[in-house]
Amino acid sequence: MRKKRNRVIPGFGLTMGITVTMLSLLILLPLASVLIRSFELTPAEFWETITRSNVIGAFQTSILCALIAAAINCVFGLILAWILVRYDFPGKRLIDGMIELPFALPTAVAGITLAKMYSDQGVLGQALERIGIQGSYTRVGLVIALVFVGIPFVVRSIQPVLRKLPPSCEEAALMLGASKGFTFRHVILPELTPALLTGFGLALARGIGEYGSVIYISGNSAKNGTQVVSYVIMQKLNSGSADYVGAAAIALVLLAISFLLMFLLNLVQWFAARRTR
Amino acid sequence: MKQKKKARPSAGQIALIVIGVLFFDVMLVWPLAEVLYRALKDGWALYWSAVTAKTTLSALGVTLLAAIIALLVDTFFALAASWLLTKFDFRGKSLLTTLIDIPFSISPVIAGLAFIMMFGRSGLATPVVNWFNDTFGTDIALVFSIHGVVLATIFVTFPYVLRELLPAMNLQGNAEEEAAAILGAGGFTIFRRVTLPHIKWPLIYGMVLCAARAFGEFGAVYAVSKARGETFTLPLEVDALYMSGGADAITQAFAVSSILVLLALVMLILKNIAEWRARKSEEQEGL
Amino acid sequence: MFVEARHLNKRFDDYEAAKDISFGVEQGKMAALLGPSGGGKTTILRMIAGLEQQDSGDILIDGKNVNEVPAGERGIGFVFQNYALFRYMNVYDNIAFGLKVQKKSKAEIRARVTELIQLIGLNGLEKRYPNQLSGGQRQRVAFARAIAPGPGLLLLDEPFAAIDAKVRKELRVWLRDMIVQVGITSIFVTHDQEEALEVADDIIILNEGRIEQMGTPTEIYLHPKTPFVAQFAGNSSVVENLSGFRGFEGLPTGRKILIRPEFVEAFKKGNPQMQAFADRAEDGVVTGISFRGNSLEVRLEVHGITLVTNRSLERREIHLGEHMNVFLYRVYCMEEGCTQVVENERLKGVSVE
Repeated sequence: MRKKRNRVIPGFGLTMGITVTMLSLLILLPLASVLIRSFELTPAEFWETITRSNVIGAFQTSILCALIAAAINCVFGLILAWILVRYDFPGKRLIDGMIELPFALPTAVAGITLAKMYSDQGVLGQALERIGIQGSYTRVGLVIALVFVGIPFVVRSIQPVLRKLPPSCEEAALMLGASKGFTFRHVILPELTPALLTGFGLALARGIGEYGSVIYISGNSAKNGTQVVSYVIMQKLNSGSADYVGAAAIALVLLAISFLLMFLLNLVQWFAARRTR
Repeated sequence: MKQKKKARPSAGQIALIVIGVLFFDVMLVWPLAEVLYRALKDGWALYWSAVTAKTTLSALGVTLLAAIIALLVDTFFALAASWLLTKFDFRGKSLLTTLIDIPFSISPVIAGLAFIMMFGRSGLATPVVNWFNDTFGTDIALVFSIHGVVLATIFVTFPYVLRELLPAMNLQGNAEEEAAAILGAGGFTIFRRVTLPHIKWPLIYGMVLCAARAFGEFGAVYAVSKARGETFTLPLEVDALYMSGGADAITQAFAVSSILVLLALVMLILKNIAEWRARKSEEQEGL
Repeated sequence: MFVEARHLNKRFDDYEAAKDISFGVEQGKMAALLGPSGGGKTTILRMIAGLEQQDSGDILIDGKNVNEVPAGERGIGFVFQNYALFRYMNVYDNIAFGLKVQKKSKAEIRARVTELIQLIGLNGLEKRYPNQLSGGQRQRVAFARAIAPGPGLLLLDEPFAAIDAKVRKELRVWLRDMIVQVGITSIFVTHDQEEALEVADDIIILNEGRIEQMGTPTEIYLHPKTPFVAQFAGNSSVVENLSGFRGFEGLPTGRKILIRPEFVEAFKKGNPQMQAFADRAEDGVVTGISFRGNSLEVRLEVHGITLVTNRSLERREIHLGEHMNVFLYRVYCMEEGCTQVVENERLKGVSVE
């Protein structure tokens, strides 16, 4: 990395001031207040709040469903990215342009739509029912919603890497007698793994904290294990007593999980950069 | 580079394409069609009345207001921060980048909660707001108000513009800026005359993504909003209609949703145009 | 012939990469496909490898037609231009890749890879990843990886293009020695005539998808068949006429005349050894001197024509504007389809070496 100690370009102080001030006021201070407010609880109370069975259940549901959805997205995201980069077929440009739809479509809209589609009144819901699966108001529905919101993360992480992959790498494997499958597993997949992990991690992080798209389809029942963490937090904010401090405690755990994920993602990037520098 | 002739697709290729396209259609296209179908299935009259209802129009106004303010704030921030992060090296740079990315990876519900913790009942900064109101005779509430909605929208969209700007500015390098600085140009002149022309399209691309995200935010604004017809955004209006439970109300919820679908599609088209222009100008510069 | 190409044709959308290409390489020989970029040489190499399908024509390896044999089963090792090492595998795994594909036992693989690492002199670097190696080391690994499965033919696409000038010469000698030692038939692609002349047993010169000439380096250098070859092999200057030069009165007019630096010799006016021949020399003025590493490139103006010659650094110093005695031994007179060597009539039987 180039050192820019003698700063020829002006504006360091000004931009530093603006960046740090805005970041602190708009992001860090509000987050810090979550931390500070949750300290109003004694450690014992804090522990009791976050280990209540419905809270534990919500964490289990959120993490498990987000993991499954992210895994499904890795498979289909890889296929989508692959066909978009490697093959030509009618409608390709359209699909490429619409991958970000889940980013652009409000989560609440996606939520109510998916809930209706996979309910017993929806076509897909009825189709699923015929093979004995209930879609909406179960964990299946929850996973479907999280797959929806997570697709772009995986596709957009893999696409640029796949595009930059030099064809000579595959040709080298081909010349050494490797089959397509062997080449994919031993040459292409290692190249894609960092991007795949990044996409997986982003989809997972989004999935664990997701609110709008899941609350309509999930049923939100603690008994059936379809309550997500975001829902529990929101419930505490909205209930008559408005248990802010309890909400802050649960949010703190959720934040910790998010930070851990971000840290792992940075680690992946760092490892990848070491090989491809 | 040599152009390779496209070989006839093999069975495996066709299978992959079919799987991919099918997945895409079922997961993405179908929901889109479903919204429109459900919005219109009880006739135009109901659709029109839902779309032009007072609460809907109010919600549209709030949505646009929050999105525009968030867009301005985020863009201003992105310009300053991208300058800082690409033109200079300093200690703590990667920490700063990580902190800026926080809103990407945390639950929007936490964003809403965070502002309540700050400005809500017995919030940390509530005394400051109260003091301000007492001193100046104002009646400002920073949560459960339009201000709260704007703040929450800013929070969740905060890094969006910057994220698109950083790679473009990194790609650009600093040579031109350094040359301009040595020729005695001031910071703002350099930015306006040298940097901005190069990053125009990535900037617009980032702004489009930011606006799309702002239109659609739900969890964060849900936590800090107050009343229908006043501080509700379109997604909140959709939720209110949907949860009220009546058959008509659900159709109305989808009717309001169709406005958001339209906005999303417009944003997608703009995004693709900006992306295309950005790639073209990159090619022109031979990068 | 161990490798044979017969009437290969290949057309891409916008240009013809190969037009009726036929040539052969004998067992154990090293052939160079030499030509300017866009001349179709890489395409021909890729057709032999099976990475590209020819539109028509046959490729024979060891007497067998391999048109329908997939790339991986032709028994060919390929060294790519940028080596195409597997970035996520270390040196050992890169070299072992082809053996793993063949499902060789662990012990066999270990023995072979260790042997190859010894051969290429990278002992101790087995665990390094490609990005931790220098350009030359990567080249060596790419070579070892290509020959690990024991192919009968080695193809190299611009093997030295990605390496800086200083290491390139060293590596050239190294690769030449390696190939001789392994005894493998090989074909390499290059745009650098010096490289081809120095390393190859046979040179095939390509231009715009056609073979201009085939032969040993000496043949090609001394008897270029076409103007293109004459111009391409050697750092030559081209002039329209030689009026005023004594001894070339018999030259047909209206032809392009090509002069190689080694056809020109310049002596200082006072050189006592050369006095006997001074009357047969032309008078030239030094108009440019540039340093070329191990020699000087001297430009001389003679009868209004600029000639270039190389001068050893050991010889006496010369200056800009200095008048010198210039000898022009012979020139190439270029005609359509063939190029003639025309000797200086007045210098016949004279040795000035």
